[in-house]
Amino acid sequence: MAEKMELKSTEVWDGNYAAAQALRQAQVDVVAAYPITPSTPIVETYGSFVANGYIDGEFVMVESEHAAMSGCVGAAAAGGRVATATSSQGFMLMIEVLYQASGMRLPIVLNVVNRAIASPLNVRGDHGDMYAGRDSGWVQLDAFNAQEAYDLNLCAFKIGEDINVRLPVMVHQDGFVTSHTAQNVHPLSDDEAYAFIGDYKPVDEMLDFSKPVTYGAQTEEDWHYEHKAKQHRALMDSYVVIDRVFEAFEKKTGRKYKRLETYMMEDAEVAILALGTTVETSILAAKQLREEEGIKAGVVAPRVIRPFPLNELRAALAGIKCVAALDRSCPMGAMGALYNETCGALATIPAEQRPLVTNFIYGLGGRDFAVDEAKRIFREQKGHADVGHITTHVQQFSGLRGPKLGFYESKRS
Amino acid sequence: MAIRSVKNLKEFSTANERFEGAHLLCPGCAHSMIVRELMNATDDNLVIATNTGCLEVSTAVYPYTSWDTSWIHIGFENAATAAAGAEAMYKARKRKGTLKDPDAPVKFVAFGGDGSTYDIGFQWLSGAVERGHDFTYICLDNENYANTGGQRSSSTPVGAHTSTAQAGRVSYGKKQKKKDMVAIMAAHGAPYVAQLAPNKWKIMAKGFQKALETEGPCFINTVSACTTEWKFDAKDTIHITDLATDTLMFPIYEIINGHELNILYRPKNVLPVEEYLAAQGRYKHLFKPENRHVIERIQKEIDEKWEYLQRREEAKV
Ligand SMILES: Cc1ncc(C[n+]2csc(CCOP(=O)(O)OP(=O)(O)O)c2C)c(N)n1
Ligand code: SF4
Ligand SMILES: [Mg+2]
Repeated sequence: MAEKMELKSTEVWDGNYAAAQALRQAQVDVVAAYPITPSTPIVETYGSFVANGYIDGEFVMVESEHAAMSGCVGAAAAGGRVATATSSQGFMLMIEVLYQASGMRLPIVLNVVNRAIASPLNVRGDHGDMYAGRDSGWVQLDAFNAQEAYDLNLCAFKIGEDINVRLPVMVHQDGFVTSHTAQNVHPLSDDEAYAFIGDYKPVDEMLDFSKPVTYGAQTEEDWHYEHKAKQHRALMDSYVVIDRVFEAFEKKTGRKYKRLETYMMEDAEVAILALGTTVETSILAAKQLREEEGIKAGVVAPRVIRPFPLNELRAALAGIKCVAALDRSCPMGAMGALYNETCGALATIPAEQRPLVTNFIYGLGGRDFAVDEAKRIFREQKGHADVGHITTHVQQFSGLRGPKLGFYESKRS
Repeated sequence: MAIRSVKNLKEFSTANERFEGAHLLCPGCAHSMIVRELMNATDDNLVIATNTGCLEVSTAVYPYTSWDTSWIHIGFENAATAAAGAEAMYKARKRKGTLKDPDAPVKFVAFGGDGSTYDIGFQWLSGAVERGHDFTYICLDNENYANTGGQRSSSTPVGAHTSTAQAGRVSYGKKQKKKDMVAIMAAHGAPYVAQLAPNKWKIMAKGFQKALETEGPCFINTVSACTTEWKFDAKDTIHITDLATDTLMFPIYEIINGHELNILYRPKNVLPVEEYLAAQGRYKHLFKPENRHVIERIQKEIDEKWEYLQRREEAKV
């Protein structure tokens, strides 16, 4: 039997360590993994737990990330709890298998410590990897700090393994800023954490020979479409379980999560919509602007990226004047993904309630995004709001050196 | 391990319940014979992973399946890792006491074509063998990418015509030598490695049993004659395979613990390779006068390889 670990009510952990602790407490049966900056410490920490008798499960250090996810798929189909971690190039190498995992409805938990994608090679944080997996069929949760990285890992198992979901789940956190910054984290005890997640309940497992199963069949035009539609429905409907798990988690810990987090939106006139650590930066900027300049600024942040909280976003933004959607990934020839989701969410409300929507690309390759820049963006949105139209390009690049870069002229009707 | 003993071919043809005869492989395809031979070798529970390829696309077309045992296909390259992941889960659950039937013996097997074994899945196989998972990997070696219409692989032999290494006015087909996968897997230190053929079904059954019984990763390369891409009549699969083993184009041997080599079949009458080549459309062009030198090269390489194998066997190193 694995040793239990005595934890203090407040620990000083970085996001990687917090995630590794959550995997240990979940008593994962198989971790198949491959190291890459900045998620490596999750795997290393887990390895130290293995070496010191804290893990009963198998720890399989494979030869690539593609193999890591392949091993996770084989293990999950054999009927147990499975998890791993990766970033950036490793995530890209996994992509083929991400789709296979979700298509086979296998509840694997993947920690994605977000990092830029080469070329040029870059180890710093942006959301390039997260965005590359948008359509992969995974439930996707976003942690904005180390505490949340811990909490959302516990929730991830419970969401993905629910019989009404049975889908793999990603927990994202920002490379370095979250993953390598020590913060206060309040963990549950080992027993409480495990009791919250519960035992793994095998479904269609390959190790039950009384009921043989075939995984990964072939379907062509006769069935493929129906399968994919069903999978999409499962993901769309998973919000019910996500809400239920977040509620149960709040009851247990007092920490409240919502699929769309909103800050100071009750009376907001302008807003920033962002992900990751940028959310806290933007909250700070909004608070300061409210105090210093009387600008009614608010922040909206999708906690759950898939299924995307369309209804909640529509409700949060209806009636405000202007929102800037911040994308930490270069869309390469289009508008940013968060901008597109936002416009999609707003398309169905009456024009007079519909805010102006702008798009900022920012923070690529770990370029810092500071409070001052968030304040500048808020002020600019306030400017648009006051004149009633977008006075800049719709898409701008924030924090870029050299001449200003913008695309897509706004058109006044 | 529960060894199955099948006495004769009649019994052999009816002995199997876990792989249905209803599948979409071409009539005369050797893939299904080899799968049946594996199933006939043991009564243990089987978890089978299969790479993308003819075997996979022909046996699990929704809503049907030919597999009456646990079976998984992920992608073209990763069946070894799928089996490894399942094997790791088995160990974890056995330790934790969460298996439904903890005492039932289970064997993990991965199937791959030569495309997935020699080429695209090489790394996954190598990794799984290095890590020492307890599983058996069986390559169904038909020397081409049959599922996608017969392109070259690194297992395609010199002189064979494939759609991406064609024989034509200025080309005699593939120029490069076949990769020696058996030697490569033996060099991994795998405890049991062999090359087997379905015509020598008793030897094959024994080899499969040895691999399943051996703890750790085992690798078996099996000759799988492909009626469609080798271009011979569907009724001649075993005849062609006989020619393959009796010309020594496919010598039958095993390597234990990376070094102890045993030849498992010595043809009484070694036939010239011409007979094997002449029986298949993919080598037709070699019989033109300007390509005769290729046949000579093939024969020479076969002779050298046989000499090498015999010396290795003798030397016991
Ligand atoms: C990543 C990837 N690349 C290419 C393919 C296309 N593909 C599917 S099967 C196959 C060839 C299979 O050849 P082999 O492994 O020798 O099996 P065989 O069909 O000959 O039994 C190819 C090229 C694929 N499915 N996935
Ligand atoms: S193409 Fe060849 S390998 Fe594929 S099913 Fe037909 S005979 Fe078998
Ligand atoms: Mg092949």
